[in-house]
Amino acid sequence: MEHGSYTDLSKSTFSLMDEDHTFANSVRFTLNQDPRVTFCGYSIPHPSENRVNVRVQTTACEVLKDGCQDLMLMCQHVRSTFEKAVNDFKTSKTGDHMDIV
Amino acid sequence: MSESDDSMSEIDAQEQNHSNGVGGGIPDYIMNLDNIPAKLPTHLELHKTRVICNIDAPQHTDPINYSGAYAALGVDNSVRLDNFCQNFKVEVKRFTDEDIEFDMIGIDPAIANAFRRILIAEVPTMAIERVYIANNTSLIQDEVLAHRLGLIPINADPKLFEYPDNAGGENNEKNTIVFKLHVHCVKGQPRITVKSDALKWLPNGSELIADDTKPNAESKPKTFTSFRDNHDSKKKFAKNPPAPKNLDIILAKLGPGQEIELEAHAVKGIGKTHAKWSPVATAWYRMLPEVVLMEDVVDEMAEELVSKCPAKVFDIEDIGEGRRRARVVNARACTLCRECIREKESEDGADKKEKESEDGADKAIVIKKKEWEDLISLRRVKDHFIFTIESTGAISPDVLFTEAVKILEDKCERVITELS
Repeated sequence: MEHGSYTDLSKSTFSLMDEDHTFANSVRFTLNQDPRVTFCGYSIPHPSENRVNVRVQTTACEVLKDGCQDLMLMCQHVRSTFEKAVNDFKTSKTGDHMDIV
Repeated sequence: MSESDDSMSEIDAQEQNHSNGVGGGIPDYIMNLDNIPAKLPTHLELHKTRVICNIDAPQHTDPINYSGAYAALGVDNSVRLDNFCQNFKVEVKRFTDEDIEFDMIGIDPAIANAFRRILIAEVPTMAIERVYIANNTSLIQDEVLAHRLGLIPINADPKLFEYPDNAGGENNEKNTIVFKLHVHCVKGQPRITVKSDALKWLPNGSELIADDTKPNAESKPKTFTSFRDNHDSKKKFAKNPPAPKNLDIILAKLGPGQEIELEAHAVKGIGKTHAKWSPVATAWYRMLPEVVLMEDVVDEMAEELVSKCPAKVFDIEDIGEGRRRARVVNARACTLCRECIREKESEDGADKKEKESEDGADKAIVIKKKEWEDLISLRRVKDHFIFTIESTGAISPDVLFTEAVKILEDKCERVITELS
């Protein structure tokens, strides 16, 4: 992980190893939603190398951590909603079967 | 809440202007306006939430998710987490042992694609990796047979196993499943087809003796795996022993006198390393199609429309007085083949020529037939995804999706710990 400069925290490029579009695009999306962010994008310097550069420019604060945390909370919410939906579907299906019997 | 934020910031700007004494502050009548509307004008809302599929190419495909995208209009485009949590919905449409089809509403393509990529490449499963061939006199080459064995889906829960590199080179019952295959076609017998049900699970580990430098007088000779006689592991597999999921996969065919004797070791891995470890046959998503009739389509045109569509999206309804109208019945089935908005070139040309020869000297006004493109609008809803996951059978599809979401969470956590 490499920062741009340690004094000016409003703009930096984070270089993540062992990541690809899967994570980078999701984190870019959550960062773009944040109103403090003026610019966010990611690039893959070379496809054979497992590295992603995420560029963030903000109105003077560190945002990447918040973006990751937002993404985590979104995932947890997706997971719980999905499990509930599957359970509802299962119970409604077994209900139908019982009616037929 | 966002409306008040915007109006507050404008009022602050006002005060600054006044205090700075900058010439020509904002006139009073604007100051006295109500709160700035937080909604976009309808056409922009359409561009933001729908992909319009024209006959040549789709338009407005990019999801506009930059928070300041509509800042000039004063509309806040940022989606806070609680908004997402409120608007996000999942509806399961079909759920069997092998596949699941569900709708995710209110999510962005970046995250939906992340789930799809993780499902295909990063959810771990068990698959045969090492094959120790003791005897192979069949027509199938060793490497081809080993390749085929690797692709067989194994019905074993990967959560009960560890990755092989974590064990430091030792192949024990925590990271390896051992199968044995011994088939012999005796001379005089008809040809045998070797199917995947011939793979037998060896709960005690490998039985092939590894080449040692000198045979020691030990009780147990050294084999390729070092299984400890563990009663716990036998218990958890009692009800559900590891075995190939499909028992009718043809591995090889033997003629009389041919024999195959081998031992196969299955380990845990992910699809990124090799596709045999991918837990899904495939996983895909599509955006919900939306078909809108811009004008009423009646009588013969309605009949024509209903017959044109191969996916039976339209249907006829009677509107009285013997007149019929077309109606969109099943937009979800639309495959966007665009048959309904396609104009057949040759027919138009023939019509035109006829009209010219008829009208000739009359110079009658030729009314141009309304193009199908103007009558039907094909669109896709940008935040409504129809996800389909087809599992190979080892893991149930709903468990697969939950695992994929967990893996994305783990990735975030890893980055967060690195940052702090």
